[in-house]
Amino acid sequence: MDLATILQVLDSTIRLSTPLLLACLAGLFSERAGVFDIGLEGKMLFAAFFSAAVAAFTGNAWLGLVAGIGASLALSAIHGLASITFRGNQLISGVALNFLASGLTVLIAQTWFKQGGKTPTLEDGARFGEITLPFAETLSGVPVIGPIYAELISGHAILVYVALACVPLTWWVLYRTRFGLRLRAVGEAPDAVDTAGVSVVRLRFTAVAICGILCGIAGAYLATSLQPFFSKEMTAGRGFIALAALIFAKWRPWYALMTCLLFGLLQAVALRFQNIDLGAFTVPVQVMDALPYILTVVILAGFVGKAIPPRAGGEPYVKER
Amino acid sequence: MDKMPAWADAVLVPLISILLAAILSALVILAIGESPTEALWLMIDGALMRSSGWGYTLYYATNFIFTGLAVSVAFHARMFNIGGEGQAMIGGLGVALACLFIPWPHWSLALLGATGAAALFGAAWAWLPAYLQAKRGSHIVITTIMFNFIAAAVLNYMLVNVLRPKGAMDPATAKFPEATHLPTFQDMFSTAENVIFRGSPANITFFIALLACVAVWVLIWRTRLGYEIRAFGHSETGALYAGISPVKITVVAMLISGGLAGLMALNTTMGEAERLVLNATEGAGFIGIAVALMGRSHPVGVLLAALLFGFLYQGGAELALWTNIPRELITVIQALVILFTGALDNMVRKPLESIFLSLRSKGA
Repeated sequence: MDLATILQVLDSTIRLSTPLLLACLAGLFSERAGVFDIGLEGKMLFAAFFSAAVAAFTGNAWLGLVAGIGASLALSAIHGLASITFRGNQLISGVALNFLASGLTVLIAQTWFKQGGKTPTLEDGARFGEITLPFAETLSGVPVIGPIYAELISGHAILVYVALACVPLTWWVLYRTRFGLRLRAVGEAPDAVDTAGVSVVRLRFTAVAICGILCGIAGAYLATSLQPFFSKEMTAGRGFIALAALIFAKWRPWYALMTCLLFGLLQAVALRFQNIDLGAFTVPVQVMDALPYILTVVILAGFVGKAIPPRAGGEPYVKER
Repeated sequence: MDKMPAWADAVLVPLISILLAAILSALVILAIGESPTEALWLMIDGALMRSSGWGYTLYYATNFIFTGLAVSVAFHARMFNIGGEGQAMIGGLGVALACLFIPWPHWSLALLGATGAAALFGAAWAWLPAYLQAKRGSHIVITTIMFNFIAAAVLNYMLVNVLRPKGAMDPATAKFPEATHLPTFQDMFSTAENVIFRGSPANITFFIALLACVAVWVLIWRTRLGYEIRAFGHSETGALYAGISPVKITVVAMLISGGLAGLMALNTTMGEAERLVLNATEGAGFIGIAVALMGRSHPVGVLLAALLFGFLYQGGAELALWTNIPRELITVIQALVILFTGALDNMVRKPLESIFLSLRSKGA
């Protein structure tokens, strides 16, 4: 395998990791605050459709992004209403939202565009183009470092860099701000937060809203950058891989980055090579597809470092009287 | 003191939830520029006014009875088995292996054998998540989601690389032998001069589904094991004091749940397609969640909810055929049903409870 091939695979790793990373961080905020969210998939799908649709109508990718975030936030609001206000089952709410997104996107796409649940392919201005970082051209002549900088680090859509910047930002918010401390506390011991005079309901709604915004960016990236259109079920289980990555990363931001890059690499390799011939035996492509899930089950089983979720996760908070 | 009479809890709350879901669905149909009443008549006409329509409705209902019962049994032990889809896929693998590699002399024996294989394979796929939940505390919802995806990969591998006949292009097994053909409703109920259920896929598996309803009722409310499952579901610590082993109940309840989900494959794989295809489950594993929630985890409720969803499925197919409303409308209705009967239950229940309380205080 030559450098060019490796660079290509790593390049597509970064592209494929981006939606995983954004969704994973989205889940991190929600679950750290004690609200389980298995509706990441649905929120991304919803955002993907509305961003592509608005971008197609207006020809502006940024307006698409705003629409995607708005759509995702709408689902977040329902999730918050069901799981915080009405103290319903958070898992069931997530399942419902996934189906709602899966059905509504096709229904509306068919009504608006009449292309069998697709949006038209976006023109150049309506999608996020690739950004060439400074000196990428001049440095590309330098052996090894040049191509790495020009191919791998430069030349991605802006949302890729946004996603990467979200990692230190999440870390800073979570571990270095008052809000972050309260957020983590509300996922571990909401009664203690309540006793301290901080509103559990408001904190959790804020966390769910942040989750919605990040899922919105992830969905917009899928439909206006990774691909220039929306198609039926285009998230293809990414929300669940992100959920797996979140557990694998044990609900921590830097580990989330590592895990998402790993799972992105698995996707990139599966996309590039299909069946991998190791001489003695062949690794079928299905193994690569299933590997993120298998790894997560192994981590969950606690044989290789135990993944312990936030203690109050999934429990609606009932104020004591 | 109960806040509400039992009938209100069992009937009124789900009815209001479904009504809310129906109103929202009607608004969705209006919003995409079609008429809700016309859509409803088309659905009723296509699903219930002809025997072949009933044949499809009951065929879909058969799937949903099995997956609904599967989710219900797990609910009784306070577990959320979201893995019915994967368990049904692997159950289908069991059915295919039993039908293809055992030379059955008669369909009745083949049905017995395939039933065993489907239940066994489905239960086996539920075993590891159950064991991990019981012994290592891994959250069963997450593990069963992961196992759905792993099952899809396993099935894909088996169909593409192992079971696909030589020279065939599509990832599916060979056609099952003639001896494994199950009697359809058309075979069973048509007379020479009067053919009914023409061409529809409903088959003898429907009666197995009805038997499963009775069996689950007996299991949950008339056996010691069922009592232990319910006791465990109400209070884990209470059950522990009563000498009930949480590990045993978790694993056994999930094995039964997985087995029931696996049985669904009898209907789709052996009854209808007569070969195993990639997307044999068609999301029925997930509809089981809606069915169990709506049916309040009771076999009678599950049966009624499964019939309703069978009607919606067949009616939705008719809509897609005759109008501009795509089949995905059914997914939206399904989502609304899960949302209102499952997640927003308190939104309906709390006002009702206060109404009943105020009525009672006036009466007293």
